[in-house]
Amino acid sequence: MTEHPSGDLCLEQLSKKFESFTAVNSLDLTIPEGSFFALLGPSGCGKTTTLRMIAGLEDPTSGTIRIGDVDITHVKAHRRNVNTVFQSYALFPHMKILDNVAFGLKRRGDKDAMRKAQEALDLVELGHTAKKKPNQLSGGMQQRVALARAIVNRPNVLLLDEPLGALDLKLRRQMQIELKRIQSEVGITFVHVTHDQEEAMTMADTVAVMNAGNLEQVGPPADLYDHPASTFVANFLGQSNLLTSRVTGLGGDGLATADCHGHEIQVAAEHIPTGVRDVFVGVRPEKLRLDRSGRNHLDGTVTDASFAGVATQYLVRLPWGHEVTVVQPNDGSPRARVGESVDVSWEPGSEFVLDASQDQDAGMFDTGLRDA
Amino acid sequence: MTWIKRHLLAFAALAVLAYLLIPNLVVAIFSFNDPRGRYNYEWNEFSAAAWLNPCGSPGLCEALGLSLRIGFIAAFVATVLGTLVAFALGRHRFRGRSGTNLLIFMPMATPEVVMGSSLLTLFVMAGIPSGAVNITIAHIMFCLSFVVVAVKARVSSLDPRLEEAAADLGANPFQTFLRVTLPLAAPGIAAGALLAFSLSFDDYIITNFNASPSSITFPMYVWGAAQRGTPVEIFVVGTVMFLIALTVVVIGQMLSSRRDRKA
Repeated sequence: MTEHPSGDLCLEQLSKKFESFTAVNSLDLTIPEGSFFALLGPSGCGKTTTLRMIAGLEDPTSGTIRIGDVDITHVKAHRRNVNTVFQSYALFPHMKILDNVAFGLKRRGDKDAMRKAQEALDLVELGHTAKKKPNQLSGGMQQRVALARAIVNRPNVLLLDEPLGALDLKLRRQMQIELKRIQSEVGITFVHVTHDQEEAMTMADTVAVMNAGNLEQVGPPADLYDHPASTFVANFLGQSNLLTSRVTGLGGDGLATADCHGHEIQVAAEHIPTGVRDVFVGVRPEKLRLDRSGRNHLDGTVTDASFAGVATQYLVRLPWGHEVTVVQPNDGSPRARVGESVDVSWEPGSEFVLDASQDQDAGMFDTGLRDA
Repeated sequence: MTWIKRHLLAFAALAVLAYLLIPNLVVAIFSFNDPRGRYNYEWNEFSAAAWLNPCGSPGLCEALGLSLRIGFIAAFVATVLGTLVAFALGRHRFRGRSGTNLLIFMPMATPEVVMGSSLLTLFVMAGIPSGAVNITIAHIMFCLSFVVVAVKARVSSLDPRLEEAAADLGANPFQTFLRVTLPLAAPGIAAGALLAFSLSFDDYIITNFNASPSSITFPMYVWGAAQRGTPVEIFVVGTVMFLIALTVVVIGQMLSSRRDRKA
């Protein structure tokens, strides 16, 4: 290790082509030092390839990777101060847990390797497993050892490749909290690759959504959720109801009017992309209500109701046949029955507006909920 | 009747064991014989003389020493080369890969008589006089195939992510090979080396074609001796060889079962 650059991780025009297939297409991304950053996207979107390029395990076809001011694009993997937690953990099966964790420190000739490795194991609450072999540990434990083995080297950037993919749901939630705690304790930049949108939103400060090798949108989870920039983000990140509409004019109070299949609705003028008239008005299911309390309302028929404990999810068919999803909290208010005629209403301004020239169903069928 | 039925499997197992072990047992017993004539085929009376002086039969220990030397050299060279070939075949796609595979397989498929005679032809045409060097070269050639097969099976089952993880943790390619790849491939390499040694030590046909009067290996010695008589010392060496092989196998089994129990 000749230099220890520190600072923001910058990817500039980064591309990777495999023969005829473009895995990553001129990616521009700045990951602030010390942040918890998630790369989110369906399988095959190029997120893992991006991660492997940062780790040095894959050579970029073009573009540069910098940490602070230091260009590391062509630095070999073993000379980068970047460590990876692999999806399969990749613990060395012939070494004891402690030797696994001390591996990186020993390669740099750290005289205190064993003590530091033990401390790192203690940090992930596995100090007692030091003398065991990896195959004597459960999946969740191996995952934590892999994490300890990476962070003990104090890398500038820690890369996590779907680290929770192989764990069951309960353990995954537990590890999400654990990872956040460790990240805030050590203060290292974490780049977390995942196809699980919920995981990305709960853990990361900033989420970058990737699709087919391209960057769709970058921002804090709440911004992405409330103001998706494309139908892909709107559908991939949570559920969206997209209503095909046409902007008809400006109203007062910063509102604009739109025609939605013959029904006049109001939207916040600032949400409309400039110069666009044919739009999708997007409303999240929990922002729709089954009453007339919102200023925008449409009538419809309940076609399905599924009770899910804290909330009930309804499918409501609108007069022109389009079905919208409505999620109502089970707060004691009366529940609608299948076949019942209902009003669907929402408040102007709670929507997002997207250019209708894109595919309405983009990102729909890979919700990230299915198992990896 | 039901008792026999219930223990049929045990009987079969015992019969197989007996079939496999009785020849070795006979050799071990007759190594303590004091034969009446030159042939050690009939029990006469107990004697430990051969055990106390195993080199008593003229030329036996020279032949044994030569076989051990050839065995070690052939096993060592074949293991080093075979391991390299196995890594190349198991890890990389290159032009001539399938051709190499075929070439490696050939010595295993060729009858030994054919290989021995063709090697002799080759050496004679090249003007190289027969002897221990030729025998060693021939042994390295056919041992190589077996080493490649043993090591390749191991190498292709290794997770390439482990090497990536080592590089990611700051190990240069040499350290990665030494600390991760080699220890993980070691069982395959050790199996290949043992196999190579025993094949070389045991070989008679190819060796006989390429030997000279001054390069008599142990199998050749035994064969030659059998024409004129069978010295008890041969039985002693045979018993010792069997015991060594048995010890190696038992230790190997114990190590792997201990590893399994830990896991």
